[in-house]
Amino acid sequence: MKTLFFSGAMSWGQGAKAKSLGCLFTMAAVFAFNFAQAAEVNTTGLAVTDKTVKVGILHSVTGTMAISETGSVQAEKLAIEQINAMGGVLGRKIEFIQEDGASDWPTFAEKSKKLLVNDKTAAVFGCWTSASRKAVLPIFEQYNGMLYYPTFYEGLEQSKNVIYTGQEATQQIIAGIDWVTKTKGAKSFYLLGSDYIWPRTSNKIARKHIEKLGLKVVGEEYYPLGHTQFNSVINKIKLTKPDVIYAIVVGGSNVAFYKQLKAAGIDMTKEKPLVLTISVTEDEVLGIGGENMQGAYASMKYFQSLTNDNNKKFVAAFKARWGKDVVIGDVTQAAYLGPWLWKAAVEKAGSFDIDKVREASPGIELTTAPEGYVKVHPNHHLWSKTRIGHARPDGQYDVVFETKELIEPDPFPKGYQ
Amino acid sequence: MFAEYSTSDLLSIFAMQGVAGLILFSVFVLMALGLAIIFGQMGVINMAHGEFMILGAYVTYLTSNVFSTYFPGLFSFYFILAMILAFIAAGALGALVEWGIIRHLYNRPLDTLLATWGLSLILQQTYRSVFGAREVGVTLPDWLMGSVHLTETIELPINGLFVMLLALGISTAVGILMYRSRWGIQVRAVVQNRPMAGAVGINTAKVDRITFALGCGIAGVAGSAFTMIGSTGPTSGQLYIVDTFLVVVFGGATSLLGTIASAFSISQAQSTMEFFMSGSMAKVLTLLFVVLILMLRPQGLFTLKVRR
Repeated sequence: MKTLFFSGAMSWGQGAKAKSLGCLFTMAAVFAFNFAQAAEVNTTGLAVTDKTVKVGILHSVTGTMAISETGSVQAEKLAIEQINAMGGVLGRKIEFIQEDGASDWPTFAEKSKKLLVNDKTAAVFGCWTSASRKAVLPIFEQYNGMLYYPTFYEGLEQSKNVIYTGQEATQQIIAGIDWVTKTKGAKSFYLLGSDYIWPRTSNKIARKHIEKLGLKVVGEEYYPLGHTQFNSVINKIKLTKPDVIYAIVVGGSNVAFYKQLKAAGIDMTKEKPLVLTISVTEDEVLGIGGENMQGAYASMKYFQSLTNDNNKKFVAAFKARWGKDVVIGDVTQAAYLGPWLWKAAVEKAGSFDIDKVREASPGIELTTAPEGYVKVHPNHHLWSKTRIGHARPDGQYDVVFETKELIEPDPFPKGYQ
Repeated sequence: MFAEYSTSDLLSIFAMQGVAGLILFSVFVLMALGLAIIFGQMGVINMAHGEFMILGAYVTYLTSNVFSTYFPGLFSFYFILAMILAFIAAGALGALVEWGIIRHLYNRPLDTLLATWGLSLILQQTYRSVFGAREVGVTLPDWLMGSVHLTETIELPINGLFVMLLALGISTAVGILMYRSRWGIQVRAVVQNRPMAGAVGINTAKVDRITFALGCGIAGVAGSAFTMIGSTGPTSGQLYIVDTFLVVVFGGATSLLGTIASAFSISQAQSTMEFFMSGSMAKVLTLLFVVLILMLRPQGLFTLKVRR
């Protein structure tokens, strides 16, 4: 069909102008031809051809958040490459368009609009902070896009246009506190965090749960983002003598906090007090330094040191692709799940249409996930296990506990608000 | 607010917070001295001050890597050498920046603000391209970790002590340079009256370059020291810049003694208040207190007496 049309156009075409007109016709014909094939799997005009499907990657690669978001970008690219090597999605290779949110929330909103309206991407993998997710949410809802969001976060949100591949707060927090009270006999807690929505909401849940167990919160404290002097709070901790310091400090403050904790003579390996965190993944330990983190416990769903076969393959592939010195944290793994979950949903739906993918998503299972088995809940979060890691001096965690069952995601927990 | 503590508790709280405040004070002095020289003495608003500090931190990181790879036996001593290298690197970059950008902008302080802000963005991206977007971990020699045990509640962190000594040493050295050396007299002459200083034969261009380089070099040393207590990443410098300007402006930009007095009062106020209220509230109150005083005394705590 293509050749026929082309030669036909050339036969009456004379001169440069006519030729270019012919080319235009040819392109139109090719497009129409592709459209006929792609139409069945794409009734809403997404960027899908017979050979390719376009998706977006939207993270900060510049600005303060670049530190954290780099791992997610790497994981998403790796997943896309692996899916392409296996033949793509519905026979189509994935092409990604990467945009930089630049650690600036309005930029995230603008770029997500570009990815949905101009590029007509079939899915977007991206965002990291809650602030950036909140900024893009109305745009995804207005233009009916699909966002795969990788970070563990505070919950209290559920959108038909977002699949949350990280844990919501209750999944991450409750199992951790139960573990520390049961196995370590902890009775009193000191809650500490950076001053924004995620630590505050998480500590609220933690406090409710601790008080439900009949135990005591002896202090709760927040410091501005970027705070670098923690000597005062360390003094307060010394005075109140809690069994557990429950720390949700993020970003550059993290480094300052753990270095100063160690310098102030609190040896975390003695577990008096014990430090339990939900914000320090292997990525953050790189900046803190393994020797400053040794002995702390972290409560999350994934650690690089997991020994199941899926994870061994994933870690090997990740290192082969991005260098042997990279580390993989919880969020990086969750970001890796995004493209795979999308692929599974598209194939189940037999279509790239957002509405059909959404309908197909609940119940999607992934047996190949590095963290083990995961399943999409009707509320768009994942069923997952929670694990406790014990920090080693080399910057990795030893997994000392994991929940027996998958924990049901509950973004609007009753009795915790 | 005090009711829940007993008298002996309160005493030890004030002692503990006093120590915490002293460490914060030393950190402020180290941050602010370089800026006080550049801003106070030259009138250049150096927004890239934080990036010069982080240059020092990255030099320390590189030195620690070189030592742990090639001279593991000498690792305990690398920190001293790293600080000297940080001073040289930041100072050299400072001299280059002065020659390339700043010297064209004297008497246009608002333009130096814009130019150095641009410079800070360029430096941040350079660090990101060279060292990666992630923070790097600087391994410290063992003797810098740990603490001196004084009483049940009071522990002196060794790195805190180190920062205090360093702050003391550098302030003394700067004080002597400024007020007891020939160069110091020239600097002060240039600050007070640039054309007249030139007229009496002072090479003002040279004095400017050395002053700027010295300020940047001190920032480099501060950055090197801060690898002990904070993070080293492309944008870590931004964590310090606000506090730095606060200290310098509050103290009275032209007075080095003012900088030290202001660092002392801000740090003590903040660390005492931090104990009895939340960290964010303490910061708010500190800022309010500074704003109030600056409304009453716009020139800052200390001023240079100059006939205008």
